Formats: sequence, structure tokens, C-alpha cells
Amino acid sequence: MTCENCGADKPVIQLTQIVDDEMRTLHLCEKCAAEQGVEGNPVPENFPLANFLAQMGATPKKEGASEKSAGGGDRACPFCGLTLKQFRDSGRLGCPECWSTFEPHLRGLLRRIHGSHQHVGKVYLTPNPTDSQLERQIGALRRKLERAVELEEFEQAAELRDRIHELEHSESAGSGHE
Amino acid sequence: MSDLDSAADFGLAWLDASGEHADIVLSTRIRLARNLQGHAFGSRARVNDRAAVLDRMAAARRKVPHLAGSELHELESLSARDRKVLMERRLVSRDLLGESSGPAQGSAVVLSHERPISVMVNEEDHLRLQSLASGLSLRSAWTAVDALDEELGQELPYAFHHEFGYLTSCPTNVGTGLRASVLLHLPALVLTKEIGKVLQGLSQMGLTFRGLYGEGSEVVGNFFQLSNQTTLGKSEEDLIDHLDRMVRQVIRYETKARQILMRDAAGVTEDKIWRAYGLLRYARSLSFEELMNLLSGVRLGVGLKLLPGLRVYPLNKVMIFTQPAHLEEAAGRELSSRESDAHRAAYVREILSTEGRVRPDSDPDDAPTEPSG
Repeated sequence: MTCENCGADKPVIQLTQIVDDEMRTLHLCEKCAAEQGVEGNPVPENFPLANFLAQMGATPKKEGASEKSAGGGDRACPFCGLTLKQFRDSGRLGCPECWSTFEPHLRGLLRRIHGSHQHVGKVYLTPNPTDSQLERQIGALRRKLERAVELEEFEQAAELRDRIHELEHSESAGSGHE
Repeated sequence: MSDLDSAADFGLAWLDASGEHADIVLSTRIRLARNLQGHAFGSRARVNDRAAVLDRMAAARRKVPHLAGSELHELESLSARDRKVLMERRLVSRDLLGESSGPAQGSAVVLSHERPISVMVNEEDHLRLQSLASGLSLRSAWTAVDALDEELGQELPYAFHHEFGYLTSCPTNVGTGLRASVLLHLPALVLTKEIGKVLQGLSQMGLTFRGLYGEGSEVVGNFFQLSNQTTLGKSEEDLIDHLDRMVRQVIRYETKARQILMRDAAGVTEDKIWRAYGLLRYARSLSFEELMNLLSGVRLGVGLKLLPGLRVYPLNKVMIFTQPAHLEEAAGRELSSRESDAHRAAYVREILSTEGRVRPDSDPDDAPTEPSG
């Protein structure tokens, strides 16, 4: 059996994932598996499968690769790791962030499904624009940060950490003025 | 709060047949799909996403006036039978029950004692807000679910996009996240073979139809669930008004078809109705499917005023309480399918013997006169 990543003809580690009732199996040689953080042992529970799969067959991520490259074949959502291919297979997005990540692609799809891509219904206003909203915002960023660390997106994690610091400072500065 | 109160009448308010056109339209349902910022959803949601969504919903529930006195049940902590009872009342979906593997961690439902509203937690979307009303009541169902949505949105940060609206797991739900559906009983359109044309016309008008239990379910007993197909590019009010207009049109077609039946085939129609009534009244064993088909005939008889004294309410009740989990709930034990059929028949006999004052032996003088013209 050959490794699906490097093509080497070596014994492989089989990796099985179930997405929307659909089973996918990947075969990797030990070296490629190790590079992706898989040992020859059972997959640890917090293993970032999503990220791993997202990078399969994709070009290695360059710096600033999180910039939008419309329609990019296997671009992954920075938040949940869903790739465009995975979306096409399952028909389901993975998180609110996916909607921004795949925006250009989704616009066309929405036109085909709904005949429109512009929402004209109720407009949602984020709860009370007070300090508590700032707290909420910081909370959301913290969750994003946790996830970025989980997915080993350290660059993004650093950005998020800075953003949280900024907001926390603006919060204390704001309350100091009152 | 792990046990579902078996006496609770969650999701049963619509049975009273108080809504408009309640002989043809059984119920109206509106659901809103909502997701929270900062958490993955659907199959990408991890255990901690699901736990966080549930925690936030649990906290919000205590603050939201529309959910005062509500109950929150994690599906894992309910018995398999209680879960099925909730599904049979259409308060939770098959997906939320998780089929054979059982419900996933964090799957929950919020049920209100005071209002016909409920919330599914951690289904395909984080939240599915739902309201259920009797008859054709799109306006009141919308008012109820909209008020709940406004209040919850103040407590929970919904995922909303300036262009795409309320963000959902599936692109077919995005925008308003609104699916309004009306459950219709259309026996005359089926008998006169006009139903195909009607359904085809409706699909051209942006509506879809399904069976009794939603997506993928078969049409049983001439019950059709009609709902909006698109959720984006139109306001909630427009979607609802459009469905309302179309449903009223379908009701006119069905009424017309009933008149044609009574004009051209009164004898056959009456015979069908009385046979259905007779079987239901005296049968000792009934499968759910057989029951639903017979019930369709009897329901038509009530609509045509051929079965005086019988009301729509007991017929609605029969539909709900003869489902397998409801029968087991009443029996207090598991039932084999043969036992289930016997219990079902017994329940129907009981209801029909006390509810209707139908005299099957009434002579032709009592027979309804055919509509003139």
C-alpha cells in the first residue's frame, strides 16, 4: 500500500474519519503521519483532525495565507478548519466563520438556491452596546483563541491574544474616564 | 429534571382544532434556525462547543420572559420512550434523537408550559426555535416565535452576517432561518387525482411538500406538509404571507374537489366514509398506517358533515396518542408490534364510543343532502 501523501510504498497508518455519515479513510506512511502529528498509536482525543485533513493535498501554508484567495481549492476555514472540498461533499458549513471564508463561493451558490444572496429580513442587533458587550466580544475572542491553540494555528492565536489585550485595555481606559 | 412529566401536555395545544380551517389544516409550525457566534456547529461542533451552547442556552432560559416556567431536558438523561414521545409530538427531530447511536452529548430541548413554543438545542444548528399552532395560524405562530427570538437574541450573541443574514449550518436555511409549514389533509384532491397538478404548481411557486414527519417521510393518510423552500432574499413577513396565500388557494381547491366528489360520486364517497368509521369503531387490531388511512376517511366525513356529532378534536387526539411511544407510555410498558396494534384499536374504540354521537343506523332521512348546484 502506498502513502496517500508522499506516494512512498511503505506500510501505512490508516486514519478513518466520519463526516456526515460518510466515512473517509486516509492511508499515510509513518513519516508523513508523524509529520502531521500522528503516532502509530490510537489518535489522541484532542488531535486536530480538521486541520490535518484540511492540509492534506493542499499547498503548504505560506505566511499571510489566511488572506482571501477566492475560490481557492482546498482553503480551510481559519476557525473550524473546514475545507471547500469538505463543504462541497457534505453540503454543510462548520461555523459562522466559514461564511466569511467561503464568501465568494457561497454567493453564487445562494443565488442558485434562493435566487438571491442578500438577506432582507430582520436585522440582528448585537445585545446592548455597553461594556457588557465588550466583555462578550472578548469572550468570543477567547474562545477563538482557545480553538486556534487547539488547532495549532499559532500565528492566528498570537493575533487574537493581541486583540484581546487591546480590548481589555480599552475597557479599563473607558471605565477610567467615567 | 431528568424525567419528562408524562401528564404534561407539551406540544398538544394545537389538537383543540381552534384555528382557522381546522378541518383541513391540522397545524401550523414555524421554526427559526439560529447559531451562536464563536462556536462550530453541526458535525464540526466539538464536545466543548456543544457543552458551551447548552450552558449559554440554559442561562438565557432563566432570563427570557417567554421561557418563564419552561423546562430544559438533556436528551441523554431522558428515557428512550420519553424521547420518542417528544418526537411523535414533533417537538424534537429524528436528527436530535441521533437514531440508533442515541442522542449526542449536549442535545437538549426547552419546553414551555405556558406557550406553544419550544427550542431544540444542538441540532444541526445550535438553536431551533419553534412554535406550533392549531389550524391555519401563520400569523400567531410567527408572533410567538418572533417574540421568543427577539428576547433570546438579547441574551445570546447570534451569528449574523450583513449580507447573508442569520448564519446556519446548511446554506438552504440561511437568511431568515425561517421554515413555516402547514399540515394539510387533502383527501378529495387525492381521490379526484388532482393532487399531482396542485403539488406541481406549488413547487413552481417556491413551496415544497413533505409527509407527516418532515423531510424524507412518506405521505400517509393524505396528510401533506407544505412549507417555504427558500429562506433568503425575502422578509419573514413576505415568506409567511406567500405561504398563507398559497395554502388558502389549496384549501379552495380541496373544498371544490369535495363538492365534486359529492356531486358525482356521493354514494361511493359516503360508503367509503362509513366503512372507515365502522372499521375504526369496531376493529380489534390496527396498524398505524391503516389507522391513518381510515382516519382520513372519517375526517373527510366530519368535514362533509356526514358524521354528525363527531368533532375534529378527538380525531387529532387519536393521531397523536396512537403512535407507538404514546401507546407504550399509556400502557406503562414496552409493547410488541402486535400488542401495539391491539392497544391502538382499543384506544380508537374508546374515543369513538365516548366522543361522537354517530348513529350508523340512521335512515336515509338523516342522510345529508347533496350540495345543491
